[in-house]
Amino acid sequence: MYKYDQYDQAIVDARVDEFRDQVRRRLAGQITEDQFKPLRLKNGLYLQLHAYMLRVAIPYGTLNGKQMRMLGHIARKYDRGYGHFTTRQNIQYNWIKLQDAPDILADLATVEMHAIQTSGESIRNLSSDQYAGAAADEIADPRPWAELLRQATTFHPEFSYLPRKFKIAVTAADEDRAAIRLHDIGLKLVRNAAGELGFEVYIGGGMGRTPFVAPLIRPFLPAANLFSYLEAALRVWNRNGRRDNIHKQRIKILVHDLGQEEFTRQVEAEWQHILGNASDVPLVEVERIATHFAPPPFETGLSDAIDRSDPDFALWVDQNVKPHKAPGYAIVNISLKPVGGIPGDVSAEQIDVIADLAERYSFDELRATHAQNIVLPHVRKRDLYELWTALADAGLATPNLDLISDIIACPGLDYCSLANARSIPVAQKIADRFADLGRQRELGELKLKISGCINACGHHHAGHIGILGVDRKGTENYQLLLGGSGAEDASLGKITGPGFNEDGIVDAVERVTDKYLAVRQEGERFLDTYRRVGFEPFKEAIYG
Amino acid sequence: MRILTGNDLPTGDVIWWTGDGWSRHVEEAVDVADQGEPIARAEEAARRVNGAYVIDATETPDGPRPAHIKDRIRALGPTVRPDLTLKPVDPNAGSWVI
Repeated sequence: MYKYDQYDQAIVDARVDEFRDQVRRRLAGQITEDQFKPLRLKNGLYLQLHAYMLRVAIPYGTLNGKQMRMLGHIARKYDRGYGHFTTRQNIQYNWIKLQDAPDILADLATVEMHAIQTSGESIRNLSSDQYAGAAADEIADPRPWAELLRQATTFHPEFSYLPRKFKIAVTAADEDRAAIRLHDIGLKLVRNAAGELGFEVYIGGGMGRTPFVAPLIRPFLPAANLFSYLEAALRVWNRNGRRDNIHKQRIKILVHDLGQEEFTRQVEAEWQHILGNASDVPLVEVERIATHFAPPPFETGLSDAIDRSDPDFALWVDQNVKPHKAPGYAIVNISLKPVGGIPGDVSAEQIDVIADLAERYSFDELRATHAQNIVLPHVRKRDLYELWTALADAGLATPNLDLISDIIACPGLDYCSLANARSIPVAQKIADRFADLGRQRELGELKLKISGCINACGHHHAGHIGILGVDRKGTENYQLLLGGSGAEDASLGKITGPGFNEDGIVDAVERVTDKYLAVRQEGERFLDTYRRVGFEPFKEAIYG
Repeated sequence: MRILTGNDLPTGDVIWWTGDGWSRHVEEAVDVADQGEPIARAEEAARRVNGAYVIDATETPDGPRPAHIKDRIRALGPTVRPDLTLKPVDPNAGSWVI
C-alpha cells in the first residue's frame, strides 16, 4: 500500500501545526466561530448533536494494521471507546473535544493519516472497490489511479473553493462494488480493443435531495489523460455551476440542466484547450505510485480446499468469503452488522483484534467498505478456520454479507445535527425481525439502506429496499423506497407512498419481502423480481 | 417556555442556560422569554458557548422538556447507547425523549 514520501509527511505535519494554531486562536477568542468553522471543516471536524465529530480519511478504504490500531487508540483515548465506519470508507468519532483535535491529528500523522478534505466544498476522500488488488474480476488495481488523484487534488488551489463538495470513485471490475454511477465522477478502468488502458468516465451521479445516476460522458479516456480530463470537467462545473442555491450546486445539477450532450461537448472543448499544457501527470509518476500497490508475495502451490465440517464456519464461508485472484487465497468480509448492533460501529478492542488479524493473516492490509464493513483482502484459504474462530471470539463473525440484516444506516438523529429521524433503531428493529439466518438466506441478496434525512448518507436511493426518515410535524416518519441499486445495474428507488412510524416501517418491509417470496422465480434476487413484476404488486402488498 | 441551549466551546458538550451560567442538565434550564438572543450573543462573545439557539420547551414537574425530538435527544444522549447518556444507570431516564 502507499507509503508517504517526505512531501506527503511534510504536508500533513504542517497541516497539524496550522490547525493547532487555529484551534488555539479560536479558544483564545482571536477568531470567531464564523471564521473558524470553514477551517475546522477543512480538517474534518464537525459540531454534531452531542459533541464535535471528527471524520478521518481512509483513502480508497485501504489501511494497515498499524493505522487500524491507531484508530483504536483514538477511540480509547479521545472518544468513548468506539468508532463508526461510514458509507464513504471513512471512520467517524462522535465525542471529540475541540481542545483534543490537534493532538488527534498529530497522532494520526504518525501513521500517515489525516482528516483533510473529509468535509467542506472540496474533492473528498476518494473511494474505490474494497476488493481492489484482490478481486478475481478486476483488470488492474484501481488504487494507483485513486492515489494519483488524491495527490493531484489535495490542496489544489483550483479545487479548494468548489461550488460544492465533490466525490470521485475508481474501480476496475465489471461488478461495481463502489457505486461509481452515484458519484460526481465515477471512473471504471477498462482496456480498449487495442489492449490500451483507459477509463469509462461517468459524470453527474449522486444521491441526496436530487438523485441522479451518472451518464457515461466518455466511453474511453486514455489513462495517461486522466487528470487533464477531470480538470476539464471540474472547470466546466466551476465556470457554470450554480452558487446561488446550495441545493442546486452539485455537478449532477449542471449535467442535468445542460443535458448530457452539451455538458460532454463543453468538457471535451475545455479538455482540448488544456491538453498539451502539461497538466497530466507523467506516466512515470503513475508507475512510481503503482509500485506501492504491487501484489503481496502470494505463496504458490496452495490448495483451494476448505474443510467445511463445522457447519457454522461453512455458513460464514458461503456468505462472507469471496473469490480471490490468487489460487489458494480468499477475500474475507468482516460484518459490522450483528443483530442488535449499530451498523458500522466497532469498539476499540474489536479494532485492535482486526488490526492483529490483518497483520497475521492478510499481509498487513485491510479495507473499509462503503457498506460499513471491513475486508481482509488476502487470506490463505487454509487459514480461514483459524481466522473465523478469532473473529467469532471478538463478536465479528456475523455471516450476513449482503443479506437483509447487512443494513447500511447513517448515524441519523441519534448523532447527526442534519438528521430528521433516527436511522439506527429502525435498522436494529429490522435486523431483529429478520434475525433468523435461515430466513435471511432464503431471501438472498437484499440490500437495505436507511437514511435519516434527505442528504442520503445512508444511500437509501440505492437500496433494493430504501428507507428515508423524515420529520412530519415533529414526529419521525419513514418513507419506503423500492428498486434502487448502487451496483453496475445502478438505479434509483421509487417511493411507495405514505410513510410509516417506526414499527410500521418494519411491518412494511416484511410485507415487501413476503410478496417477493410469493412471486419470485427460480434464481431471482429481490431486485430481479421487482424489476420483472414492477412496482404495483409490492405497493398493493404494502398498502392493501 | 423558551430555553437557551448550545455547545460548550472547548468540549462540545451540550449545555443549557440556567440564568447565571450553563449546565449539562436540561432540568436546570430557565425560561429566557424574549431575552434568549441577547444572552446567546453575549455568551458566545465571552466564549462560554458555541452555536447557541433558543428553543421551545414544556415545563414539567421534572423540569423543562424540549419540544422537538432533536433537542430531547441532545438533552440526554443517543437513544441507541443508553450507556453513553447523562444517566446511564437509570433505565427509565429516556422515557420522555421519544
